Amino acid sequence: MGDTKVKKMLFILSKATIENAYAAFVMANGARMEGIESEIFFTFFGLEAIQKKKLEHLHVATVGNPAMHMPTMLGGLPGVEAFATKMMKKEMEKLDMPPVGEFLEILSDSGCKLWGCKLAVDMFHLKEEDLIDELDGIITIGDFYNRADQEGTHLLFI
Amino acid sequence: MKKVIAQTEINVNEEGYMTEFSQWTKEICECLAEEQGICMTEKHWEVIDYIHEKHNGNEALSIRGIKKSGVINIKEFYSLFPGGPLKKSTLIAGIPKPKSCI
Repeated sequence: MGDTKVKKMLFILSKATIENAYAAFVMANGARMEGIESEIFFTFFGLEAIQKKKLEHLHVATVGNPAMHMPTMLGGLPGVEAFATKMMKKEMEKLDMPPVGEFLEILSDSGCKLWGCKLAVDMFHLKEEDLIDELDGIITIGDFYNRADQEGTHLLFI
Repeated sequence: MKKVIAQTEINVNEEGYMTEFSQWTKEICECLAEEQGICMTEKHWEVIDYIHEKHNGNEALSIRGIKKSGVINIKEFYSLFPGGPLKKSTLIAGIPKPKSCI
């Protein structure tokens, strides 16, 4: 137990499709559960996952996603993306995966730090009150690199 | 694997988890906790009781479940069992390590 060389995981989440957001959340939470420190930096479209009004409305990508095994034209039809999202959420609920808002609460309570990217926040004209209360702050990528302050730190771009 | 703890022989796997729950006692629990650097308090016992209850009911343990447990919140859970609360608390409780990723 506890033999891993990984001591700290830093994630950059740049996308807001459900599959990408959950990949970051599951890995960040999994790190904390193993006693590894973890932090997430939300940038560009990843910011959707921490906007109060948008976070419960993330979608799975049905277009340009070959693993959906669905013709691209079909994936673009009205309602298809919403339907695929509903199906995926149902499957996730079966596995007891929390919805986005609750997952962020769990991460924050578990000691995972959550950061907004300053450049992207400015670019999308967002204010602090648009973002979740659990956010630890709005910082630059330079600040985030400085969070890699110990041996065994890894940085992952999603 | 055999292991002697609290003057008793117990069966454990390679990660140190007990393989026969019938061998588990409160004395063994306290010694296992000590090996993990944890000094058992009343709150720790409440969590162990909760874990046993879930285990006996064949319910999977998860961090989300802890949040909803009403026994303890996630922050306290992490501070009571530092460095991987679910894997440490189950080890001390004498039940298998949870397979859940959440």
